[in-house]
Amino acid sequence: MSDGERTATPAPAPADDGQAHAGLPVVEAAGIVKRYGPTVALNGAGITIRPGETHALVGRNGAGKSTLVSVLTGLQSADEGTVTFGGSPAPRLADRDAWRQRVACVYQKSTIIPTLTVAENLFLNRHHRARGPLISWQGVRRRAQELLSTWSVDVDPQTPAGDLSVEQRQFVEIARALSFGARFIILDEPTAQLDGAAINRLFDRIRDLQRQGVTFLFISHHLQEVYEICDMVTVFRDARHIVTAPVAELPRTELVAAMTGEAAADSREERASSLDVGVTPALGVSGLEGETYQGVTFQVGAGEIVGLAGAAGSGRTEVAETVVGLRAPTAGEVEIAGNRPRLGSVPAALAAGAGFVPQDRHHQGFVPDMSIADNATLSVPKKLGQNGFLSRSRRDRLAAAMIENLAIKTPGPDLPVSALSGGNQQKVVMARALADDPKLLVLINPTAGVDVRSKEFLLGKVEETAETGTGVLIASDELDDLRMCDRVLVMFQGRVTSEIARGWHDHDLVAAMEGVDLHA
Amino acid sequence: MPETVLADTAAKAPDAPRPKRNALFGGRIPLARLRDLALVPAIVVIAIVGQIVNPVFLQTDNLINVLQTMSEIALLVLAQTMVLIVKKMDLSLESTMGLAPGVAAWLVVPTGATHGLGLLPGAWAIPLTLAVGAVIGVINALLIIRFGLNGFIVTLGMLIVLRGVLTGISGGQTFFQLPESMLYLGTAQWFGMPASIWICLALFAVAIVVLGWTSFGRSLYAIGGNVDAAKAAGIRTDRVLWIVIVTGSVLAALAGLLLSGRLASVASAQGNGYIFTVFAAAVIGGISLNGGKGTMFGAFCGILLLFMIQNVLTLGGVPAQWIGALNGLIILVALAISRITGGKVQE
Repeated sequence: MSDGERTATPAPAPADDGQAHAGLPVVEAAGIVKRYGPTVALNGAGITIRPGETHALVGRNGAGKSTLVSVLTGLQSADEGTVTFGGSPAPRLADRDAWRQRVACVYQKSTIIPTLTVAENLFLNRHHRARGPLISWQGVRRRAQELLSTWSVDVDPQTPAGDLSVEQRQFVEIARALSFGARFIILDEPTAQLDGAAINRLFDRIRDLQRQGVTFLFISHHLQEVYEICDMVTVFRDARHIVTAPVAELPRTELVAAMTGEAAADSREERASSLDVGVTPALGVSGLEGETYQGVTFQVGAGEIVGLAGAAGSGRTEVAETVVGLRAPTAGEVEIAGNRPRLGSVPAALAAGAGFVPQDRHHQGFVPDMSIADNATLSVPKKLGQNGFLSRSRRDRLAAAMIENLAIKTPGPDLPVSALSGGNQQKVVMARALADDPKLLVLINPTAGVDVRSKEFLLGKVEETAETGTGVLIASDELDDLRMCDRVLVMFQGRVTSEIARGWHDHDLVAAMEGVDLHA
Repeated sequence: MPETVLADTAAKAPDAPRPKRNALFGGRIPLARLRDLALVPAIVVIAIVGQIVNPVFLQTDNLINVLQTMSEIALLVLAQTMVLIVKKMDLSLESTMGLAPGVAAWLVVPTGATHGLGLLPGAWAIPLTLAVGAVIGVINALLIIRFGLNGFIVTLGMLIVLRGVLTGISGGQTFFQLPESMLYLGTAQWFGMPASIWICLALFAVAIVVLGWTSFGRSLYAIGGNVDAAKAAGIRTDRVLWIVIVTGSVLAALAGLLLSGRLASVASAQGNGYIFTVFAAAVIGGISLNGGKGTMFGAFCGILLLFMIQNVLTLGGVPAQWIGALNGLIILVALAISRITGGKVQE
């Protein structure tokens, strides 16, 4: 800890000056093998990243991306294979400072300490000291301010880090990584929790830094992002390296085929509308007012799929959460399948016939250490037995049916949900939403952090459900989620501003979400 | 360019734009730190109420009395606060407080009236007490950090074991005729105030500085806030945890020494039940049981507030039989007061 002063001054890392080492890759991993017990997480995989490029690493959940990241960042050592930075071998695992000068990673899981200020997070364990052993808080704040303005991050260094938005937190983490002298940064699904506008700002930032000689490894589930921002793409499948190619030379279909090992249909076919006008509408919302939205009125017919689109902060999530009782509105009415549940009460909404997939599965979706069976049947205790006693066999039968219905990949219903991959976790949440044969299904960002295959599967399930006469409301800003909707309601700054019928073009919807009128 | 920006900022004059928001007193004291002062108004109010109830309250003798009676338990609060900030708990502090001086007395006090063995000369008493504290800390740390056992249950077990050991070696009786050295710290007067008050205040002052202004202190907060992030920042988390747990136990032993010196005896139940007050004081003082939050100054205010309320009640002539029930009530009231003045939901 005594060397805190010295490490704060970034020594030029070998990878720094792209010019001098233009020929040498920033990082090269070859023949990496990593086993966890019987599981082979990486099987002779490798990657080569050249200076100044933005390199995408794609693959389905479980392809070995995260393992490669932990090997490249020195958190784990590979069982076999070599890692070199700018031609010289990787430092020892214990030499954290040397690793940090070469590579930095912005993880999905925050490495910010929420209870400390931004300034302290930036200079953690290398605080500025005027002289003697005591920290000079003035110095820490000043240097944090300088660091943030060098990389034009507009954050007050005095705010507690816990108050930052996801976007700000990522910028702070990137600035921290750069302050160690690293000019190679791994972004692990940075866009998973961001809305459209924030993603654009992030991409602008990435391009900016790229011009200043920073090299990126970009991990994402969203293929259009890969095409938008990356120069090269590497595909992993089943712990192996499949292909590395310039993005421009690899069409979308081939990329998906490389990821899944089979040719996937480029776009889903048009579905026939399953709206049934003869039955009571699944949802009627009128004059709904809340803290972040006003005057929201719309209907979802039985068997109809309605999208509720909008940027983050547009109020779409809040409206959807109000419908299922997670929030109470200040005024207005909600009618679910002809019933009027007490507003702001989840049990009442469920009893009225709603089922829902909440925004953040980790927070509201499931209890991670409980089994799949328990999680999937959490909201339907009355189906499991009488008089408050639960029947295990009945639960397992119900769960087994759900596991089959949603094709959840698991050895059995007793596995804790935390052991599943992201896509399968979301299927469990979906299974629970469908457990009580809802009249109304509300989905909030249903495919966030889910791989391509699971995504198609989940959306297919939604269509199937709609065909049985269930009304569906999808609150999302993910175009793929909204594509199958019969119509999309667009919210902007708390109001429903337009309604777009099926057959829209991407740019129309995006423009509407951003509040821009293309035809003006 | 970006490299040079960070390189020599230390030498530059402080002409960088200083953030005005969130800052008071020319940016020296961030608003966040003012939250630590949340209990000060409550303390002032209690002082005024105390003065109205009984004019004796604000007299120097009474205030010194309050400070002296709280000095021992305040050291436990200090120890527990460090442990809580790193998101651990140490329930065994209260029996360490009894056992550490108990073992010293057992080995030093001559055979005869009590269960003493008289094996060692009196001068050994203080080093022995502190050593016993350190050993208990090492055992706790070994079980919690090295073997990865649940800290709450480990220290709960230790609490019972240590209490039992003290009962065993003392035969359930009280050690008397303690050597001079053991009595000194609990009875001496330095500059007109009991030594135990000086020790308590000095240790709190040191702790405030260490936790607020050294990298070691800040690493406690980092570990409590997000241990993975702390590791990623290069903090040797296990080493810090070892230091915190062992220091905590040594402080508890010191607290026991002060108490034994003041009472000139080591009862077999010394420290019994203190841990509840300690936790209450820490939470009242704004220490989060979820780790990473709260300051030493806040914890000190917490224990001070508790003892002032207790003193006011005694001066108000509340019958002794009711003190137990009132003690519990005081904790709840103080908790409510700190919720009101602190304005934050307690965790």
